[in-house]
Amino acid sequence: MAPILQLRTVKAFYGQSEVVHGIDLAVEEGGMTVLLGANGAGKTTTLRAICGMVRREGEIIFAGEKLDRRTTEAIASLGVAHVPEGRGTFIGLTVEENLRLGSYTRGQQLENMQRMYGYFPILAQRRRQQAGALSGGEQQMLAIARALMMAPRLLVLDEPSFGLAPRVVEDIFKIVERIKREERVSVLLVEQNASLALELADHAYLIETGYVVASGSAKSLADDPQIRRSYLGY
Amino acid sequence: MMDKSATFIAPETLAGDRYAGLTAGAWQWIAALIAIALVAALPFGLSKYHVFELTMVMIYAIAVLGLNILTGYNGQISLGHGGFFAAGAYTAAILMHRYGVPYWATLPPAALICFVLGVLFGLPALRFEGPYLALVTLAMALATPQLLKYFDTWTGGQQGINLAKPVPPAGLGIDRDRWLYLVVLVALLIAMRVAANMLHGRTGRAFVAIRDHPIAAAAMGINTARYKTLAFGTSTLFTGAAGALAAIVIGYVSPESYSIFLSVSFLVGSAVGGIATIGGAIVGGLFIQFVPNLANDVSDAAPWAIYGLAMLLFMYLMPRGVVGSLGPWINRALQRIMPHQTAFDDGAKE
Amino acid sequence: MHQFLQQIFSGLASGAIYASVALALVMIYRATDLVNFAQGEMAMFSTYIAWTLMNAGLPFWLAFLITLVVSFVGGMLIERVLIRPVENAPVLAAVVVTIGLLLIFNSVAGWIYTYTVQDFPSPFPDRPVFGALMTTQDLGVIAVTLVMLVLLFAFFRFTSTGLAMRAAAQNPESARLCGIPVGRMLAIGWGLAAAIGATAGIMVAPVLFLDPNMMGGVLIYAFAGALLGGITSPVGAVAGGLIVGVTENLVGTYLIASQLKLTVAFALIILVLVFRPNGLFGTAIVRRV
Repeated sequence: MAPILQLRTVKAFYGQSEVVHGIDLAVEEGGMTVLLGANGAGKTTTLRAICGMVRREGEIIFAGEKLDRRTTEAIASLGVAHVPEGRGTFIGLTVEENLRLGSYTRGQQLENMQRMYGYFPILAQRRRQQAGALSGGEQQMLAIARALMMAPRLLVLDEPSFGLAPRVVEDIFKIVERIKREERVSVLLVEQNASLALELADHAYLIETGYVVASGSAKSLADDPQIRRSYLGY
Repeated sequence: MMDKSATFIAPETLAGDRYAGLTAGAWQWIAALIAIALVAALPFGLSKYHVFELTMVMIYAIAVLGLNILTGYNGQISLGHGGFFAAGAYTAAILMHRYGVPYWATLPPAALICFVLGVLFGLPALRFEGPYLALVTLAMALATPQLLKYFDTWTGGQQGINLAKPVPPAGLGIDRDRWLYLVVLVALLIAMRVAANMLHGRTGRAFVAIRDHPIAAAAMGINTARYKTLAFGTSTLFTGAAGALAAIVIGYVSPESYSIFLSVSFLVGSAVGGIATIGGAIVGGLFIQFVPNLANDVSDAAPWAIYGLAMLLFMYLMPRGVVGSLGPWINRALQRIMPHQTAFDDGAKE
Repeated sequence: MHQFLQQIFSGLASGAIYASVALALVMIYRATDLVNFAQGEMAMFSTYIAWTLMNAGLPFWLAFLITLVVSFVGGMLIERVLIRPVENAPVLAAVVVTIGLLLIFNSVAGWIYTYTVQDFPSPFPDRPVFGALMTTQDLGVIAVTLVMLVLLFAFFRFTSTGLAMRAAAQNPESARLCGIPVGRMLAIGWGLAAAIGATAGIMVAPVLFLDPNMMGGVLIYAFAGALLGGITSPVGAVAGGLIVGVTENLVGTYLIASQLKLTVAFALIILVLVFRPNGLFGTAIVRRV
């Protein structure tokens, strides 16, 4: 299967500093790829580069389209749904309004919304509440649901477990797995919680200080003794 | 453990870098003295009217410098500095007209009164931010002409007050306009020196910290209320002193001269020169004095449109003001010749 | 007592004008975090456009409609061309740009149309109502303002463009990630504000008479009203505008020293703000570390 997303010698910059130094990356269609690495490795920056939120160079190809010159909103319209670090929910709007915003670029609002309530029943209960009143875990679910309302071909998740209790993280990851199966969407995931991510993912990349230092199937990385010691803790 | 044999840069090397035999500090003094000498000699080659115009430039520069302290370095916007300018002007005028105080003796009381007014204003202003503070200061600017007309026993009401023009000291042999030019020049130099000392020191750093990160500043133990009020008071001290000088130089005060337009002009001059700079105040003074006249030359049918257009162009090309935008460039160029020295503030970037 | 009620009602009518301009100010502030000091002059210019159309023979409502459209497009263009370059610059630069626009519009209007004061027809008849407490003119102005408020509320609450605009104003980055063209939303916001301003100008002109300096005082009171109501609240804008209108009228009528009217009116407004520094309906700006 051809990769749905391909990065070739992509560099990313925060202002004048080059933070990601020419990496190659691919996400297989229908699969889940995870980017692992410590804080500050450049994982989030890579995701932001894909969505045009930081200055970038190099080739970024999504479903046959070049993304390198496009604006963030154009990239979103093409079918890339990015759930940013910190979730990015519209805290001043209601849960339902947040979901409606997800379908700004698509129609079929009502049916998509029903499906989202199916995945996240808690959101149905709180549909008229302000998003800012939701707990961290609920906001994460809302952010993912909002992204799915875009009927994307690629779902980009930036640290969905951040700041959440382990039980909540488990729930969320179970839902992500279900989504991957039922929605036929490819997923690019950035996670610091390496063990959980490697269980779910098909492929993995390890990023250190802006370089890709290891890549392969998730299982092979999970079995690698060095990686086990550095990132999995055993 | 300090190994004495390890090479490390001795402090004297930095401060004592010598360029063509002189330290950087010495060069700065020479440059400053040459500039001051040129500026002081200038009026003797110009007509009386031009001398008057340049004197007004310097007066406006002092006023704008006051605004820079408050809005640029401390982040509190003021649309009302015309009111403080008026306060200084009328203080000087009333002292001279009613009490026969000689002109040069009106400056300290005018400055002091405006400082107190600024502190009194700054205290309630602590409650307001952003557009709310703009409204409160705007109210001050709008109230000023009305109050000046109302208390006419003191202010002369609508007619204003005519002032006797100052007489230059007999022995010097220069005429009034050039004498006043030099007086104002000395005032400007003192104002800039005082401002520089304050803004480059602890107070200035506190101001900037409060502007940029008020919560962090308070958390570090900076008494935000005290410094914000101090910023207001020093700011109005400068602008009020400028107002007093204006009354002396023009020889006339009336409520019409201190409308909202004056406050807006100060703000625009501030922005065009560079709001968080000291040198920018001079550019601001030049802008306020000359651009309206130039605009009239360009189009006498719609001169204010040209003035407005000039404002837009300055903001598009140099959004941080002339000194704010060009300053870092000049600093970088200077670094090539004299490492470790900067000519313009760059510690006060927004 | 009768006079007192009369003053309240005519205060409400002028307050409705302030409320309309305040609405425009709030809309732009919510979208771009900027106070558009040129709002009044833009409204004045739109009113002149309507006047020109009517002088050319067009009936009032057609001229009004065309003016609304032209103002909407003009507002969008102004945001796109004149404001966007300073949207990411320091706030003061944008403030100076709006002040510059104020001067440009005022001066150009004076140049094209001269400073001669003109009559401007009102769509509402001027008959006393409710036992001479108000006129139909006053009622008409208040009604138009309330209709605008309702339409805006419906637009922002129920349409997807309105929702997208709210999202773009609150969190531009997240909005882009949803595919919302944030720049275009800002332009639409300015267009709407310009159209609202045009409506306000057309309502004020019959009363204050049309001249380039017509909206100067209106802008100042509208600004006060918008802040009194809370600069982020449209309902606050209307409430604030009405309160300011009534206050101004009562102060003008009952204050002995009439030349201090502006001073006293503002002093009262600021007194209220001292107790509610974010306005009556405004939300406190929450600062997170």
